Amino acid sequence: MSYFSDADLSALGLTLQLATTVTLLLLLIGTPVAWWLARTQSWLKGPVSAIVALPLVLPPTVLGFYLLIAMGPNGPIGQFTESLGLGTLPFTFWGLVIGSMLYSMPFVIQPIQNAIEALGDRPLEVAATLRAGPVDRFFTVILPLAKPGFITATILGFAHTVGEFGVVLMIGGNIPGETRVVSVQIYDHVESLEYVQAHALAGLMIAFSFVTLLGLYWFQRKQPLITSKV
Amino acid sequence: MDDQPNSIRAQFRLQQHRTTNQPFALDVDINLPGNGISAIFGHSGSGKTTLLRCIAGLEKADQGFLTVKGETWQNNRCFLPTHKRPIGYVFQESSLFPHLTAQGNLDYAVKRANKKSASKQSTSKQSTRALFERVTTIMGITPILNQYPHQLSGGERQRVAIARALLIQPEILLMDEPLASLDMARKQEILPYLERLREGFDLPIIYVSHAMDEIARLADHAIALDEGKVIAQGTLQDVFSQVDSPIHFGEDTGVVISGQVTERDTRWHLSKIAFDGGCLWVKDGGDALNQKVRVRVLARDISLAKSCHHDSSILNRLEVTVAEIHQDQDPCMALVRLKSNSIYFIARITQRSLHQLKISEGNTIWAQIKSVALVR
Repeated sequence: MSYFSDADLSALGLTLQLATTVTLLLLLIGTPVAWWLARTQSWLKGPVSAIVALPLVLPPTVLGFYLLIAMGPNGPIGQFTESLGLGTLPFTFWGLVIGSMLYSMPFVIQPIQNAIEALGDRPLEVAATLRAGPVDRFFTVILPLAKPGFITATILGFAHTVGEFGVVLMIGGNIPGETRVVSVQIYDHVESLEYVQAHALAGLMIAFSFVTLLGLYWFQRKQPLITSKV
Repeated sequence: MDDQPNSIRAQFRLQQHRTTNQPFALDVDINLPGNGISAIFGHSGSGKTTLLRCIAGLEKADQGFLTVKGETWQNNRCFLPTHKRPIGYVFQESSLFPHLTAQGNLDYAVKRANKKSASKQSTSKQSTRALFERVTTIMGITPILNQYPHQLSGGERQRVAIARALLIQPEILLMDEPLASLDMARKQEILPYLERLREGFDLPIIYVSHAMDEIARLADHAIALDEGKVIAQGTLQDVFSQVDSPIHFGEDTGVVISGQVTERDTRWHLSKIAFDGGCLWVKDGGDALNQKVRVRVLARDISLAKSCHHDSSILNRLEVTVAEIHQDQDPCMALVRLKSNSIYFIARITQRSLHQLKISEGNTIWAQIKSVALVR
């Protein structure tokens, strides 16, 4: 492992930890949101969809900037966390988690929402006539039938968190073992003209991203055969 | 309310904005018996399916009142959600869960039917097993239980769907044009299963359809809907033998008569069906003596004569009284309602013949019946 220094390995470990945490939390929180967006007739659907999609178009620095202010000692989130005795979130791992969750949100919510929308009302109505209550319907009908959407959401959410840079730099800074993820580490290497180290990590990122996306497309191509409409 | 405790009473008012720009309104007040098959029929867009969905709780009427066998499912204050109503529902097109095998689809119902009854009284595993065997045998699906829905034919899928609706052990079975998505051959394949269903299970069924042949064959009670309103309701015989009803059956106008096989002529392959107003010879359908059967006589198959002609090829002649004469939709035709004891027939003849034969209400004349179809 001569290509990777201890600092590199620590950054890799932190990145995996961050991406895993963010993906799991997003699946947990994003699923009800996606469910609501897919089924609601409310006028709020438009505004909420727009907010969910906002991170797709905003520069990460904008998102990071506002988060920095909101989570800082004078911001609403910052005052809330300080009143709980947690201190402020910027430049901590959990600050990064919150920033990354916002940034990766559309990549998790949209595939799940699309999958649930594609199911239509019928399977749920059928389940209701078979005495399945709302929770039962979610686990026995939605989850298995929208599984491809959930898998896509997991893969995209994870990969996108691994690849983020702007938000991390804005609210996480560059603290080894706490907020210094791979993308920041590469930036550091380049800054200090350590091109060999930068190459090793950058190459690894390319390989990881390629394999992930390849896996995703292979999976999506196989899907129609499994859940072919009857 | 002076409802019988066993009946189903429903009042619904509902405004709907359909894709076409004319709004649709359902406004019905119906009373259905708590047994047998009740048909809801009408043209497409008449609100049949909406009415059924209101009964199931899949659609929420703006104003609704629904009691089923003495239990209130909906009134001004309460609305029992679909999954708490003891119904079985068969949808028009295949509604099997694609991720489960036929067996898996049936188990989905079995599991939830038991959950419900477990609290009241424990249905033993054996009786569940026995019901499962009985339902799958009656529906003829035992050999295909391991297949996924996409491996089954349309008819097979619908039979599995019906079996699934039975296995939830409903107190009432709702069927929304269960045969409409199938071709003629598949339809003929399933109809006998539906008949076995009515014989084999003591279960009220509400059956939505626009196909007169299905209704003539299956229903005991009928409700006709047009543009969201009830235009006729009563026993099948009553509803089908009206000549002044606003429902236009056209070529399908005709009555359904229940009778019994009293004689079988093996030489000429005919059966004699006796009913309250006389008897009719029909093509032998293989029914045993004393078997209860149902025949359908179409209005276009009856001609009228002032005297009894023994020299014609027509097999069935009945002496009847003219009860009512009505203009048909077609300006050259008339509908004549004929009475023989308690049984009514309808003849569809030309206005000119009516005039030439000087037929008027109260006359006794001869009905010559060209063909009689044994529907069951």
